[in-house]
Amino acid sequence: MTQTRFSRTRTPEPEKEQARGGGGAAMRVIVPLQGVVQGRGGLILGSIIPCALFYFLQFYLKRHRNDQDDQNESNSPGQNQATRSPSSGQLTELPGLTRNLSRALLSPRSPSGPVSVSGRVSGIVKAADSPYYAGLRRVKDDPYDELGNPNGVIQLGLAENKLSLDLVKNWLAENAREAILGNGKELSISGIATYQPFDGLMEFKVAVAGFMAQVMEKAVSFNPSQIVLTAGATPAIEILSFCLADAGNAFLVPTPYYPGLDRDVKWRTGVEIIHVPCRSADNFNLSITALDIAFNQAKKRGLKVRGIIISNPSNPVGNLLSRETLYNLLDFAREKNIHIVSNEILAGCTHGNEEFVSMAEIVDLEDVDRKRVHLVYGLSKDLSLPGFRVGVIYSFNEEVLAAAKKLTRFSSISAPTQRLLISMLSDTKFVQTFITINRERLHRMYVQFVEGLKKLGIECIKSSGGFYCWADMSGLISSYSEKGELELWDKLLNIAKVNVTPGSCCHCIEPGWFRFCFATLTEKDIPVVMERIQKVSETCKLNR
Amino acid sequence: MFSLLCTGVCNLLIANLLLVEFLHMGTHDLHPHVVDHRQELKHILLFGFCYEDVVYSLPLFSHSSILYPVLVHTQQLPYRKGLTNSARKIDMAIENEQPAVGLSKVAVSETHGEDSPYFAGWKAYDENPYDESSNQSGVIQMGLAENQVSFDLLEKYLEEHSEASSWGIGAPGFRENALFQDYHGLKSFRQAMANFMEQIRGGRAKFDPDRIVLTAGATAANELLTFILADPGDALLVPTPYYPGLDRDLRWRTGVKIVPIHCDSSNNFQVTPEALEAAYECAESMNLKVRGVLITNPSNPLGATIQRSVLEEILDFVTRKNIHLVSDEIYSGSTFSSSEFISIAEILEAHDYKNSERVHIVYSLSKDLGLPGFRVGTIYSYNDKVVTTARRMSSFTLISSQTQHLLACMLSNKEFTENYIKTNRESLRKRYEMIIKGLKNAGIECLKGNAGLFCWMNLSPLLEESTREGELALWKVILNEVRLNISPGSSCHCSEPGWFRVCFANMSEQTLEVALERIHKLMEQRKSKET
Repeated sequence: MTQTRFSRTRTPEPEKEQARGGGGAAMRVIVPLQGVVQGRGGLILGSIIPCALFYFLQFYLKRHRNDQDDQNESNSPGQNQATRSPSSGQLTELPGLTRNLSRALLSPRSPSGPVSVSGRVSGIVKAADSPYYAGLRRVKDDPYDELGNPNGVIQLGLAENKLSLDLVKNWLAENAREAILGNGKELSISGIATYQPFDGLMEFKVAVAGFMAQVMEKAVSFNPSQIVLTAGATPAIEILSFCLADAGNAFLVPTPYYPGLDRDVKWRTGVEIIHVPCRSADNFNLSITALDIAFNQAKKRGLKVRGIIISNPSNPVGNLLSRETLYNLLDFAREKNIHIVSNEILAGCTHGNEEFVSMAEIVDLEDVDRKRVHLVYGLSKDLSLPGFRVGVIYSFNEEVLAAAKKLTRFSSISAPTQRLLISMLSDTKFVQTFITINRERLHRMYVQFVEGLKKLGIECIKSSGGFYCWADMSGLISSYSEKGELELWDKLLNIAKVNVTPGSCCHCIEPGWFRFCFATLTEKDIPVVMERIQKVSETCKLNR
Repeated sequence: MFSLLCTGVCNLLIANLLLVEFLHMGTHDLHPHVVDHRQELKHILLFGFCYEDVVYSLPLFSHSSILYPVLVHTQQLPYRKGLTNSARKIDMAIENEQPAVGLSKVAVSETHGEDSPYFAGWKAYDENPYDESSNQSGVIQMGLAENQVSFDLLEKYLEEHSEASSWGIGAPGFRENALFQDYHGLKSFRQAMANFMEQIRGGRAKFDPDRIVLTAGATAANELLTFILADPGDALLVPTPYYPGLDRDLRWRTGVKIVPIHCDSSNNFQVTPEALEAAYECAESMNLKVRGVLITNPSNPLGATIQRSVLEEILDFVTRKNIHLVSDEIYSGSTFSSSEFISIAEILEAHDYKNSERVHIVYSLSKDLGLPGFRVGTIYSYNDKVVTTARRMSSFTLISSQTQHLLACMLSNKEFTENYIKTNRESLRKRYEMIIKGLKNAGIECLKGNAGLFCWMNLSPLLEESTREGELALWKVILNEVRLNISPGSSCHCSEPGWFRVCFANMSEQTLEVALERIHKLMEQRKSKET
């Protein structure tokens, strides 16, 4: 097979027959020069090439012996692959062209030891020991309940919104069955049981695009064909990370960032995160100077930076990125020729008067340079439905969309859930009411919670989005360090019995900051929480 | 001339930089010979020289015993600006001052394997789908392993049990369900899954709900296991022919290689110890570290279960080599008779779970329950570390709580599941017999099967030349003229040309009749041509 293929040549080859007769050992040379050089420098080339060929002949003869051995080894099973390779060639992996081989042979395994697993495993086992996950486990074992378990741990560590769940519940009670199985008289399962497009039903994309526009108050319109749906925002971020960066590349991420991002971006992709520290002096706003410094440091370390990941409204601080910052960010990305991933999963949970500006709006106004901008969205936060696992990638880059669509094979949304949500999101009246009421309730909780903390002498950064406040408790820590912060966290968890997220889990550069998620509480829980925190804060103050 | 040669040696440095780029560059800059064989090039030597400010480099390729020099104009190559990104399209780089922002290798590589005929046939179907009443000349989809023979049972259940699909008032625990995002999955659902898996195996194996890890489909389950068991550059051994999607599932994002275990028709494509050993050696000769064997039982695309003795041999092999065994059993409930399927779980039980920590089972509801749209897959591992890691990793591929709730209700209803499993097996057997009989009448033999939603059809007597090209030529005729989309064996990496996978459960009996008629007609034509 291979022999015949190689004989398809432009220049007739007199020694071809000879070569075949000589078997595998003889050498053949084909010089298809005319087409490439087009006569340029013909004379010189004519004299150089024979010299060059002689030069390589020596290399060839040197390697010749090894070559033959290789062939013999792979002869019996390999032969078949080789003849099949050109288009179904996924099978043949040639030693000269393999990727990522460097990490392959890290852990030598003794033939008698226990069967080994991949290098990825140990990393995640360690990550689960962080206070963020430890706290969550603690609440799971001993959850607070006003009547059933009044001494249990109160959950303030999970970014979840229960404030408006009643609205969703009422809608579902009325509409769920029809929405899933169709509202005809006959039940039909074929619309949900069979294979559906992995990147989401088109109807659902249209509904999601409408919902996103509604959440952003019609400042932007979203094109459903630029949407790829995934089973939650977690895989959405991972898929983007897979598409934009190779293993060993890096993303710039402003700190503090939410604790799950390390897992989402780094774990399976092998991509790195470079911290871009934001400070309390700037109210934890992102500065381009800090970005620039981080970029250059990464470069010095030999890391290739492929993009910036921001969250807007930011998690855990809850502040919004101003229009100006977004423009600067885009300029920065253009200058460095890198991507921007904007996580806007909390866009619908803004409260207060500050204006929310989506990256999509900026890109809409600027005609050029869309290709580097990718949005992440989801229904977990804005519709209070984390259990339904709906994430969104919104990209302006065709190639990213094409690759992401294929990758959704690994994390697509179940069809009955999609059907259900199509009906829910198409009910624009319900959606509008939900968004409005949810914002009101969030704001009321936020104001009350911040006030409560203020009475205890704990100040928060002004926040306009999300379910949390970012509180400065550095006055209460015994030593101004991560150790002091974790001691306080431990006291809050075990003495006050509230689970909060310490800033160190969010890679905050300054110790003593904590994230309090308040949307899992009811208003009457607030005094209980404050009382509990007060107990700890008083003992801390006394100790100082 | 000699000085020119020296300049050339100096340029070797630049030329070497170019080398990697060269292999990834667009086809238009290359001589067609190189384009054709780029994939196969084995050793590359490079030489460059300078003439009139243009760097000429002379990459020299060798394949087998053939030396292969091609002269490349390096000014056409994109090395001048930001050589770094092999993924970038060249044509963009020339116009803009700044090259377009680059993507990863995952995004631009073709390891997903979705350009094979297996997927191309689907496109042909999508463009012109057969419909009994409105498009009788359309393409009939026989490339999709979907089970629609038991939809009536599912619909009946949902009609009678509104608690499964309705929410809110009356349905307890709404709050928990809507907010439920714990990667452990609903306890009730895992329990129901474990029971269902036991039921399918006729109670001959036991499953612990705490070892069940839920994923959004078996695709994700296979990928997830690969992520856990192997590092990039490692290899998994897979018996051929295998399901074409495995190329994507096991390799694409993980960077893992598949090394085929070649099976052939002489022993009905069964895995032999010799074939296992040969594949292992082949991997070692390529310097690949083998991390495991992946089998599909019942086999996709063969539609046959693996015998107990073969399973014992495979288990023995992986134990000897100290590697993992992944047993993909997503068609276990689609075996026509319960007693004909032997799960690896039964073998382990017989061995008192010795060496079980290397065994992992993949299961899904897409085939056996006919619910691929629900995206439910599961990993059942006997290895604690794998269970814990897989559970954490399943964050990337969770199932909606609404769907878990619905299925938990459905599968905990023993009466329903018992009836379903039994009826479904019978319907599939009936379909299988129908298609085998129809094909036999047309003069076509199939591998003897006992499971699955497809049969493995032998058309090798029809091939004009017994090669992959011959097979694809016939496949094209069947797709474009006979208008049936079937999957060629070469897309399953079958080592013998002429075999095809034909699915029969994703259509009505009437449509299947039409398809058989069309095949019959094709065979008649061929016969008359011969005589």
